[in-house]
Amino acid sequence: MAAKSIISRPVYGTLSPQPGKHHLFIADAEGALAIAEMAGRAPPGFFDDAEIVFIPGLDGKHAVALEALKPAQLHLAPSFASLLPRLRQTLANAHMGLRVYLAGTEGLIGQAMQVALEAGIDHTSIQTEHRGSLARRMQCVHCKGITENVTTQPATCAHCGLLLLVRDHYSRRIAAFQGVCINAEDRSEIPPMEEIFR
Amino acid sequence: MGITFRKETFRDDFTFKNSPEHIRRFPFPFHEDAYMYAVNIEPHVVGPRGSVLENLIDVDEHYVAEMQDRALVLAEDPLRCQSLPHMTLAGWDLLELLMEQQALGYPEHFTLTRDGDRWRWINRPLGIDDTFTFGDTSTLPYGPMEYITRQSQGDFCILDQRDGNLWMDAGMVTTQADWSLDFDIGMNFFEWHAPVPLAHEKGIFVRALKFLTNIQQGKPARRLNWTMTINPRLDTSPENYHKWGPDRATVTPDNVGDKVHLRVELQSFWRLPRSNGIVFPIRCYLIKMDELVTQPKWARRLHRVIRDLPDELANYKGLTRYRPALVEWLSKLDDGSPTSPGFGPD
Repeated sequence: MAAKSIISRPVYGTLSPQPGKHHLFIADAEGALAIAEMAGRAPPGFFDDAEIVFIPGLDGKHAVALEALKPAQLHLAPSFASLLPRLRQTLANAHMGLRVYLAGTEGLIGQAMQVALEAGIDHTSIQTEHRGSLARRMQCVHCKGITENVTTQPATCAHCGLLLLVRDHYSRRIAAFQGVCINAEDRSEIPPMEEIFR
Repeated sequence: MGITFRKETFRDDFTFKNSPEHIRRFPFPFHEDAYMYAVNIEPHVVGPRGSVLENLIDVDEHYVAEMQDRALVLAEDPLRCQSLPHMTLAGWDLLELLMEQQALGYPEHFTLTRDGDRWRWINRPLGIDDTFTFGDTSTLPYGPMEYITRQSQGDFCILDQRDGNLWMDAGMVTTQADWSLDFDIGMNFFEWHAPVPLAHEKGIFVRALKFLTNIQQGKPARRLNWTMTINPRLDTSPENYHKWGPDRATVTPDNVGDKVHLRVELQSFWRLPRSNGIVFPIRCYLIKMDELVTQPKWARRLHRVIRDLPDELANYKGLTRYRPALVEWLSKLDDGSPTSPGFGPD
């Protein structure tokens, strides 16, 4: 679990079955386990109206656990980018009564939330559960480039190369934490880089 | 008599200065010898002649130069001006407000004439004479918010009110004290204030939001906020922090008077009639220490405020690196005698 922080930093909960006509789950890696655990609390037949899209990640584990739930659809995607066109269409065609559940890494939850917001779904209606890595998506406030899977503090911008303080300030619209130059006032000050977002 | 607009810069050679009259009217933000956050909101009503409150939208000797600086910022970084798709009507509301207020306060410089939806706007200092159809964006060279805020001093945030909250859904932000519209756009009141230390715990934002969501049309409110800036630089954005941040390491005991500036924001809050949004102008006033200490009361008081500021606040405001040099410099102007109550100079 992430430590208590400032108000703009997202807070994640525990997935719980919601009343609804259709259920869309988006998960990566260990997020599958959050869905499987929630299934134990779901009414019979809950997954008959559920679609699960899952990004297994490198080790490819956990897909079996999702198959066992027998959802109406189970789609495996190699990456979030590859999932985007399908996800956009699913959300664009969605009707009232669709419930959205996100589980897995912060990067996955943030990016899926971003697509859902663009489709007009209110963020407070979306169920989220964080599992796995605390690696952050970070936007460099200077060059606007996004650096994925940031695990260190400070971190180097993958685009402009500035050394950035990874803040807790978070934008749902950008789906990223804010990175601000940590040694702007004196570039010769180079603080040690520590691995803190694991 | 009209305003004599100064030719000056807020970058590179930094020729910005205040005339003696503008020093006297500077909105000094400390009414006592100490500072802590408070919900210091009051009705935005007209104040004394010769003060920055003489008109509810203040135009001063820096107007033309500030508008030139804004144009330079926008050319470098168009993301400083953004409006989410549902905010266009609020942009028209703002255009009306600013045209009316500027024409009312400064008829020698601005004229608005209306014939139904057909409006003519004359801005003499900037050499603009445009006729357009109110509500029809195709009749203006920019969207309505961008058009009028390229002609109005201060930053402008337009807040949408829904779900009992205020949402930062549009803005023109080129003279900001280190916050990013591009990052914060779409956030609610608590989210965009999230990085501010101490104030959440004091319940400041809960009370401020309650006040702001109840603002009525025709009854604007205001508050002052402050920070400090090295060199008279309007664009102290996070986007350019790596460019202006090094200025903070250039302060020495010899150049405090010229380099260190008190930066005061006159923030006002207005209900918009058609959109029911709130516009939040953030008008920035700069004054260098040499100018400020021409008023002995301000010199004594500022010394005590900066000296006694909690470290957390000093850090948030970015003063830490040069605070010792500044306090030392100001201490020589503080003989320890009492200061009179209130903001104004003696």
